[in-house]
Amino acid sequence: MAFVDPDTAKGRYDVIVVGSGAAGGQAAYTLTMEGARVLMLEAGRNYDSRTETPMFKTLDQAPLRDSGTPGKPFGFFDATIDGGWSVPGEPYTNASTERGREFKWWRARMLGGRTNHWGRISLRNGPYDFKPRSRDGLGFDWPISYGDLAPYYDRVEMLIGVYGTNEGLENTPNSPQGVLLPPPKARIGELLARQRGRGLGIPVIPAHRAVLSRALDHKSVPARLHPGNLKAQRILAEDMQGRAACFWATPCGRGCAIRANYQSTTVHIPPALATGNLDILPNAMAREVTVDASGKATGVSYIDKRTGFEHRVTGRVVVLAAGACESARLLLNSKSTVFPAGLGNSSGLVGKYIMDTVGASWGGQIPLLESTPPHSEDGAGGDHCYTPWWLYKEQLAGKLGFARGYHVEFTTGRQMWAGYSAMAEGAGGSTSYGLRLKEEARRYHGSYVSFTGRGEMIPNEDSYCEIDPGVTDKWGIPVLRFNWKWSDHETRQVAHMQRTFADWIAAMGCTSANRPGADGSKAIEPGGSIIHEVGGAIMGAKASASVTNSWSQTWDAKNVFVADGAVFASNADKNPTLTIMALAWRTADRILGELRRGNL
Amino acid sequence: MDRRLAIKWMLAAGAGVALLRARGLGGAAPAPSAPARGPGYGSDPDLMKPYKPGDYWDLTFTDPLRREVAILSDIVIPEDAASPSASSLGVTDFIDEWVSAPYPDNARDRKVVLEGLAWLDGESQRRFGTPFAGAAAAQCHALCEDMARAAPEGSAMAPAHAFFLLFRDLVVTGYYTTPVGMKDIGYAGNLPLARFDGPPAELVARLGLTDEVRW
Repeated sequence: MAFVDPDTAKGRYDVIVVGSGAAGGQAAYTLTMEGARVLMLEAGRNYDSRTETPMFKTLDQAPLRDSGTPGKPFGFFDATIDGGWSVPGEPYTNASTERGREFKWWRARMLGGRTNHWGRISLRNGPYDFKPRSRDGLGFDWPISYGDLAPYYDRVEMLIGVYGTNEGLENTPNSPQGVLLPPPKARIGELLARQRGRGLGIPVIPAHRAVLSRALDHKSVPARLHPGNLKAQRILAEDMQGRAACFWATPCGRGCAIRANYQSTTVHIPPALATGNLDILPNAMAREVTVDASGKATGVSYIDKRTGFEHRVTGRVVVLAAGACESARLLLNSKSTVFPAGLGNSSGLVGKYIMDTVGASWGGQIPLLESTPPHSEDGAGGDHCYTPWWLYKEQLAGKLGFARGYHVEFTTGRQMWAGYSAMAEGAGGSTSYGLRLKEEARRYHGSYVSFTGRGEMIPNEDSYCEIDPGVTDKWGIPVLRFNWKWSDHETRQVAHMQRTFADWIAAMGCTSANRPGADGSKAIEPGGSIIHEVGGAIMGAKASASVTNSWSQTWDAKNVFVADGAVFASNADKNPTLTIMALAWRTADRILGELRRGNL
Repeated sequence: MDRRLAIKWMLAAGAGVALLRARGLGGAAPAPSAPARGPGYGSDPDLMKPYKPGDYWDLTFTDPLRREVAILSDIVIPEDAASPSASSLGVTDFIDEWVSAPYPDNARDRKVVLEGLAWLDGESQRRFGTPFAGAAAAQCHALCEDMARAAPEGSAMAPAHAFFLLFRDLVVTGYYTTPVGMKDIGYAGNLPLARFDGPPAELVARLGLTDEVRW
């Protein structure tokens, strides 16, 4: 079994998985390692990081110096194929074009999806994050608790490799001893932020990122992840030895040919393929989940993008892992006599309560960091430190004016895109030229610090997606129409971010008199910009108030599961990918158990 | 330059080069040739294939324009004891590639750059009786001084100032993305390391941060 096409994808599979990113990769990994026969549908082309990653290429080796274009918004070298906020031939619409009401939808059409380029920040949700309504009366509680998911966080961290430390801070869970990899040393700007943050009561601790700061322990981890399953242990041990530790260079966003960071294509899919239980069907754009007269799913119909013809594949179970909004779209488009409003939509809640992360940034030039001795600050290709939300008590006491928190990510140091030091504030008002420009560029390189806030959005009635009745994509599949609105909780949170960041860079010695505006609605990034969209098929304890149960199993069809971020009932400030993987592993475990028990 | 934009530029470090907008020199010069058309490099280019300007879209500059751009680029970033001038590192080719690209942002910059270059030639002719490329070094510098000086919005020199700022940023972008430019600025990364040691101990001590190093 391996890569198949419409002619060879004919078997009767145990499970059809739609999508190959964090959710699809994890679901396929767990299912195949434990013996299930899986067919994975991917809407994009096959992608091989070993031969397609532009490791070490300098920016002058890319068109336009690697700057973003409509075809590649994060630049030429970014590991995104046929993706971005607009995909040719695959439109979506917005109900309103008013400022603050638009949603931008990022997709990637490639094996591994967005995991090939993501930021690798891997934070666990904490206990509060699963029961937010119980804590402050807003949004929804999840039907599961942190304790239900903790063992799966442990497993995912051991499998993919995450660096970080256990600091024991509020709602910022520790991992068990020996699970995390050691964090890289902090960069000079991160150390300065840490020292000066202390005076403001802001903690700075090692970040958690899915980058191998040392090789994985292939001798003990496989047995911990697959007890009693010698075949899985052997396959994983072998595969782990094929992943090298980070060599502290070349940007993670391009992907990694030495497999030192997590991508579905380098971590989940290779061992899953090695089991012989996985078939992958690329260029397959899922149209709908097919159901029988009783409402049980029979499989998935899809368009072969190379020919435009529609085909069907069959399986005992269907797992949707296409990305939150794409999975919601699939459910809404799966109309049948049994489910005239779409599969899973008996509650009317498919597409509802989509959330992104709240984002805003502020930064400045720090004289103390001028003219530092040149040294490589590439490090692990992203944050070595971060600030978890630190004002839980003040917030609960109602002192902040917004209900949920944010964490802070840093950009510091001597970066590969070095030219900004000759352009940004501090460099002679940016009008210098000649020898003075060159001197300033040298002096200011590495002296900039910016803080990026990543905050929790509370689900609301005005943020949802639905099928646009008048628009289809080039395959004839009805597309999504988005509705979006921030609440005061988010815009006030952004205003707090901006004030905090301005105070912080001032404490680091930034002399700029420039201050951010007080209006958070002006500084907040548009919905979808942070590419953390979740919700749209939220899990809950009651069929009337949710799309899936606590096992991510749709209330409507017991053999349909939603493994991606669509089931999130809240979107904590923590980046969603690690939680998506933990949920997908748990869902796959449930499917395996139910298959064994003959319940599916 | 707007400081907020400058910060945005810096923030774009991980996401490619951001673009700054300059106001056009509308009407000050003959309309530039039509921008390039075509699909660009699309959404799935071969990332491993060696690339040079001109591979994905036709370039624009004529020989006289190339000469003018090279001279102006070398005023923005001249040679010094440590590193060469902009034009010797291919910055002229980069600016040509940039203004020729079939993307909306580049089309906007194309207008500013081509109109600016035409204005500069005309201004040199008016003042010194020679195109910019034929002017003496001191005359070229005098023109640059005038363009670099802040000009109030709506004033006669405002478009020329905006052109100069955009041109300057394009030169900076082209220069400091080359290996020689990166080295000149003190970028020491993009090399595999056996260990990541963090900042040099003497730097940590100089900034009084020794106590912060816990991990």
